[in-house]
Amino acid sequence: MTKNKRDFSQWFFLGPYILFFTAFIVIPVGAGILLSFTYFNAIEAPTFIGLSNYVSLLTQDEVFMQKILPNTLTFALIVGPGGYILSFILAWSLAQVPKKIRTVLALIIYSPSMTAGVAMAVVWTIIFSGDQTGYLNSMLITMGVLLEPIQWLQSPEYLMKIMILVTLWGSMGVGFLAMLSGVLNINSEIYEAGYIDGIKNRFQEVIYITIPSMKPQMLFGAVMAVVGTFQAGAIGVALSGANPTPQYAGQLMVNHLEDFGFIRYEMGYAAAISVVLLIVVYAFSKVAWRLFGEKD
Amino acid sequence: MSAFHGTKMNPSKFHKSQLKFFVFLIPLAVFMALPIVYVFFHAFKPIDELFAYPPRFFVEKPTWQNFADLFGRANASGVPMSRYLFNSIVITLIVVFLTIIISTMAGYALSKKEFKLKKTIFEINTLALMFVPAAVAIPRYLIIDELGLINNFLVHILPLLAMPIGLFLVKQFIDQIPNELIEAAKLDGASDIHIFTKIIIPLVKPAIATIAILSFQLVWNSVESSTLYVNDEGLKTFSFYMSTLTSQATGNVVAGQGMAAAASLIMFVPNLIIFIVLQSQVMNTMAHSGIK
Repeated sequence: MTKNKRDFSQWFFLGPYILFFTAFIVIPVGAGILLSFTYFNAIEAPTFIGLSNYVSLLTQDEVFMQKILPNTLTFALIVGPGGYILSFILAWSLAQVPKKIRTVLALIIYSPSMTAGVAMAVVWTIIFSGDQTGYLNSMLITMGVLLEPIQWLQSPEYLMKIMILVTLWGSMGVGFLAMLSGVLNINSEIYEAGYIDGIKNRFQEVIYITIPSMKPQMLFGAVMAVVGTFQAGAIGVALSGANPTPQYAGQLMVNHLEDFGFIRYEMGYAAAISVVLLIVVYAFSKVAWRLFGEKD
Repeated sequence: MSAFHGTKMNPSKFHKSQLKFFVFLIPLAVFMALPIVYVFFHAFKPIDELFAYPPRFFVEKPTWQNFADLFGRANASGVPMSRYLFNSIVITLIVVFLTIIISTMAGYALSKKEFKLKKTIFEINTLALMFVPAAVAIPRYLIIDELGLINNFLVHILPLLAMPIGLFLVKQFIDQIPNELIEAAKLDGASDIHIFTKIIIPLVKPAIATIAILSFQLVWNSVESSTLYVNDEGLKTFSFYMSTLTSQATGNVVAGQGMAAAASLIMFVPNLIIFIVLQSQVMNTMAHSGIK
């Protein structure tokens, strides 16, 4: 009897997690995929329309092809790999300074990610404020670089650059901490062995010893970087205060789907955008897996 | 043996060869800290300094006025700020507590139990690390609506309880606990619950601390549930309230600045304190964070 009970105990421990995981992660993803094949305006019941949403997304949605997709890719390619490489360089450098100062510096570098995104958007809107009392404008005017204030956050020219800067600033999160601890935990004998095998400089050392010895942490960091990048989508709308952003300059896929889903109520179409977004995220992660995953 | 001596990781004391790292680490850290330091100063500026031209970085006559304004202010629908703060604190406490229990329980089962779907479940969870909630905002909305959670206090709590990264980290950590320890306890007649509460929980404290921080950051900063799922002002959260203070839609950009900075500070400081207190535990957990 007791033995029989024990056989099912795992479901007692797993149950609550699986319940919430299914309800708020699995079902939404599944429902999203189903909805993407329908026309649904949130009032009438969804009607099946096959691949039409995807076809219009790829062939008729000019904004998507001309602005959203290039924006998303530019943003993702700079913030993702950029933030990732920066995290690694910082983690690697920090590992080579004494513990006390390392802890303080790591805390400072990590702290922006704690309030990343919308919470800190308030600060950035003040710094980049469009009139002459904006900090950046005032500084540049005083220095004589500018003659009159620039509408930083309303200007299609600058919005994207500011979004990238702000996101990079807040991107040294959990992945960064994982990599820092990864570098610190490499056995020093591996380095010794490497020197005997003829490692000649720091660059070789990083490529042939450090990175291969911490592949699992590199992969974890990479997945976190990918997710962080696509999660940061709300930043453009938060900074400019409008969806769509001025002339779609900082409009990313996440904003585009909110635009259609919650503003225009074209939920089926928005769901198709979600599916494309999930595929993009998955493709990016897959690359990371290729690079650092352990081959079975 | 080669002449190259390479890198000294985790040095115990300062050596001038480390200077090259400080040369860029310190300016970078200063640059990264600037916006945060700025919030600190801004929150304590009196009104004439907030709008001084040219604007000043440092505060000259610090005052608590912005905080007083913030606490004394009720919004258009008559909901006082303290209500939002109260909601946020209650929600945060419940979410952090439940997330810890749920993830640790699941981590125990996935690490120490033998059953058929064990590997599959863990792999699905690892896949879900890539989950971007914003991507499925619409189906999520429909499901929350279906469950009758719109305008319900629970909508702030339930969707955040399953945290793939939390389960992932705690499972990796429980893997470090030797099976013999659990076998021995079983031989002594310990029940599953007993093993979980008396052996697993005390041994995975660092992982628990890490989940606590991550879920705290998630729920404390979240505006999603208030924006999308709740219409009743009295049920919204502090982070949502804060985002309205300088919102351009309401033309508050200028008038709300001081209060917004004070609110940002209230948002930020708990994150900072919790992280400082728990940072060594977090680093301990991160040592096992790798995906294999």
